[in-house]
Amino acid sequence: MSEVEETIKRIQSHKGVLGIIVVNSEGIPILTSLDNSTTVQYAGLIHQLTMKARSTVRDIDPQNDLTFLRLRSKKHEIMVAPDKEYLLIVIQNPSE
Amino acid sequence: MADDPPRTPTPSGSRKGSGKKAAPASNKLAPPAAAAQKKSKESVTKSKSQHDAEPPQGIVPLFMATKSQEIYECICDEHVTEDNPYKLIKKADIIQDMKMRAAISDFHPVKQLVLDYPGEELLIAYDPDFKFGQNFFLCTTEEAKMEHLHPGGADAEGEDGVVAAGEEGAEEEDNAVYVYKPPEAKEWVTQGSQVEVEDEIVVDTRDKIRFRASRVRKEFGAPIIFEDRDADTSAAEQGLAASCLACPSYADTNFTIKKAELDNAVQAVPELTDGSSQTDWKHPVTASVQYEPRIISEEEAKVAQQSEEFKQFIQASVPRFELALQQNTIMDVFFDDWTVLGEEDTNFGSKSDSHLKEYQSFTDLQYSKDKTVTCVDWHPQIKGVMAVACCERLTFDERIDNANKLLMSPSLILIWSFADPIHPQLLLEGPDDICCFKFCPTNPNIVAGGCINGQLVLWDITEYSEKLSSNRGNNSKASQKKAAMFGEEIQPETPTIRYCAVSAIENSHRNIISSVDWLPDHYELNRFGIPVENRLSECCQIMTCGTDGHVMVWDIRAPKAPANTKDQQAEKSAPPRPFGVSQVFKHLDLSWKPLLKLSMAKTDSSGDYSPLKFSLAEKQGARDHVPQPAGEKPETTGMSKVPSAKNQRPLECIATNYFLGSEDGEVIYASFKLEKDNETGKSNVPKPTWAVAPHDGPVNTLQRNPFFSDILLSVGGWTFAVWKEGVTSGAILQSACAPKLYTAGHWSTTRPAVFFLGTKDGNVEVWDLLDRTHEPLLVQNVTAAQVTQIVPWVVSKKQHLVAVSDNVGTLHILEIPWNLRHPASGEKQAVEGFFDREIQRIEYFDKKAVVRANERSKEMDKKKAQQAKVEEMTDDALMEEYKAEYDSYKQLEKKLLQQLGLIEEEKPEI
Repeated sequence: MSEVEETIKRIQSHKGVLGIIVVNSEGIPILTSLDNSTTVQYAGLIHQLTMKARSTVRDIDPQNDLTFLRLRSKKHEIMVAPDKEYLLIVIQNPSE
Repeated sequence: MADDPPRTPTPSGSRKGSGKKAAPASNKLAPPAAAAQKKSKESVTKSKSQHDAEPPQGIVPLFMATKSQEIYECICDEHVTEDNPYKLIKKADIIQDMKMRAAISDFHPVKQLVLDYPGEELLIAYDPDFKFGQNFFLCTTEEAKMEHLHPGGADAEGEDGVVAAGEEGAEEEDNAVYVYKPPEAKEWVTQGSQVEVEDEIVVDTRDKIRFRASRVRKEFGAPIIFEDRDADTSAAEQGLAASCLACPSYADTNFTIKKAELDNAVQAVPELTDGSSQTDWKHPVTASVQYEPRIISEEEAKVAQQSEEFKQFIQASVPRFELALQQNTIMDVFFDDWTVLGEEDTNFGSKSDSHLKEYQSFTDLQYSKDKTVTCVDWHPQIKGVMAVACCERLTFDERIDNANKLLMSPSLILIWSFADPIHPQLLLEGPDDICCFKFCPTNPNIVAGGCINGQLVLWDITEYSEKLSSNRGNNSKASQKKAAMFGEEIQPETPTIRYCAVSAIENSHRNIISSVDWLPDHYELNRFGIPVENRLSECCQIMTCGTDGHVMVWDIRAPKAPANTKDQQAEKSAPPRPFGVSQVFKHLDLSWKPLLKLSMAKTDSSGDYSPLKFSLAEKQGARDHVPQPAGEKPETTGMSKVPSAKNQRPLECIATNYFLGSEDGEVIYASFKLEKDNETGKSNVPKPTWAVAPHDGPVNTLQRNPFFSDILLSVGGWTFAVWKEGVTSGAILQSACAPKLYTAGHWSTTRPAVFFLGTKDGNVEVWDLLDRTHEPLLVQNVTAAQVTQIVPWVVSKKQHLVAVSDNVGTLHILEIPWNLRHPASGEKQAVEGFFDREIQRIEYFDKKAVVRANERSKEMDKKKAQQAKVEEMTDDALMEEYKAEYDSYKQLEKKLLQQLGLIEEEKPEI
């Protein structure tokens, strides 16, 4: 448990990271470093997007699977790592 | 009496009326007697006529004896009068009377009638005129009775009328009520219209024939069998001929007429189709959905976090994240190199790209040769026009010696245009050598200049402004030579404009005016130095400073009113105006007094500063902090009078502080707002709040940075310094002493960190504070003589020029290269940062100085304590000490002299 905490803290202390969210397979956030409303919003939206992206990849090639998703916008970059049961979302501000 | 056909029904009223009138008339005796008699005769005649005919039905005359009258209480003239002749008698009474008196009863003759009488009461009427033959008459029928009693009935005979008149004698009004009688059916008499009607009636002429057809039932619906048969009607088959009848065609005579003309009509009608469709109209229903996100509880979250899969997931995915995060911090992948490509390229340009290119130079052999250019100013609006003021290069003593000669040669401002580098466009003549001048920013046709004798001069070049602006190569050689005779070249006359207003000598500066500037148009000063709002939005005040230690503010508008009649007389007897001089400012000419006179007293010692340059805080055109002037704009034709003080609104937001640079190299910070002295109640000029003497020569430039209004550049002597307003401890940047004297300076108009300096040997130095601060970025020799003025100007977006004037009367125009005029991106912030850092450094050093001072004072105390001990030494020891010092001094002296070469070097001992 403490290792997990440490790892997460390590990511959080990286330069420019704004927040980190862990979402379970149903789309409910389990762990978050942001406030509740933002977390819920991110969790719902990103979860859907990740499902869509994954299905896209698998439609093209059923043997393939989505490993990492990076979404860069003007202000931030959102990084998503999907798994069978969980989803890890990290939001970073890269230009600092 | 309905059965009287021939008699037309006349309103009974007439009859009655006549009868009525007769009755009351007969009542009265004498006067209407005649009339009455006449009428009564009438009525009598009528009645007679009627009497002759027959007594009407239902009326029976009756004689009633007195006895009967008593019985029935109808005594004449007592019970029954002419006015009231009717008396109703009960039938029963009459019968009883008849029984009693049998034959004696008066009613005996009418016994039968009475018995037959249907009603209960019989009407007896008094008949005084014996109309009916007796003195009374009896109504035997109900109708008669009714008629008499109620003589409203239409048909009344004469008797009726009379009776009615008697009855209703009191009623004198005409009974005009028309009783409606329904029309009586009469036999129809045909007039002949029935014939037409009969014609139209459809009448059966015979009985209807009935016909009945029948067929055997089984044949209904049976299949039909057709067989062939010949269609000809030959006699052989006569029996069958009836079954088919031929209809041969024949020419019908009805149709022989050929129609040659046919009326035909055509109507064009658009095809219209009607169609319809019906859509489902969905009723809008108020419905809403509200949802909330699913959130798991704390315990479940903890459980999930502690699961194995979670840990594995985190361990597995974290490396990827770290990779991505690091990538982002290392390099911005989406950085657009192309757009920033152009900026970096210019740093490595060739030499021609980075030095000031000579564009043009102006000099006039006649007017500016061997003279020094004291001031250069670009025309604010017309491109390519600049003005140059030339002065004689003489010291004060030489001026006095050559005073006669100087009077002859005019003191001029030359206005040059790019179109013609040889001939100036315009010459402005002043009363004496002009040391400084400036175009008015809002009205460039007005030029204000300060003279060497301390007078302020105004020119008005409105007439020639078009000539200036339209000058694009118009001065071709052809026009010049058009009046040439005998091959001579006649130079075109350069128009000379005399000054139109000059200040009063007593009130002007006592020494040269060293600097002149227009006050920005968003405020003006009143007599107390308080800035008030400027309604005109035009520059109308000038500030000058002179070496006599005064700073003066002048107003170019007319004063409120002439002071007294003496002035008016003086005006009248003033010499006639010279021809061609603008009359706009004649109110100022020779009588111009300054609005405000400030003397710059020295703060620590006595005497005044002698300012050479000044720099105001407010900038022309920067009026964001000034509220819009309320109310109407006063009349703007020319310049109106100075507004009265109460109309003006004082402005709080104007900074009243300004900087001065003096002849002794001092930089002074003062305010032009007069302070009220509480003791005397007068307004006094406040003393300068701060002054330093950083320069070792007269300050020739004191200018604010165009981008940062609180950063100033002061150039004087061998150094320059950059100041920030408000930082009083020292200059932000003070340069080291340069090899040559700095004689001119100016900030760049486009780059916040760049400024130009001019030196005594004709070099122009370009300094870039962001690049390096110990030496200039670029040094370029422009002229052989001393540079007197540097004024950069933005002519167009691609062309930035700098005017460099020198001591021999030449004006050089140089073009600023790209890298010196184009600010790098973020340069303004960089410069800001630079200045902030410098200020911090100064503050740091201030603090350090304070600390050091403390330390030093401590050391001093220590030393003093030590010295107290030392003084106890004996005199002998002191003498020895002194001797040792003297010896060491002698050696030092010898060494120094040897170095200077004043004594021979000692030969080295071999």
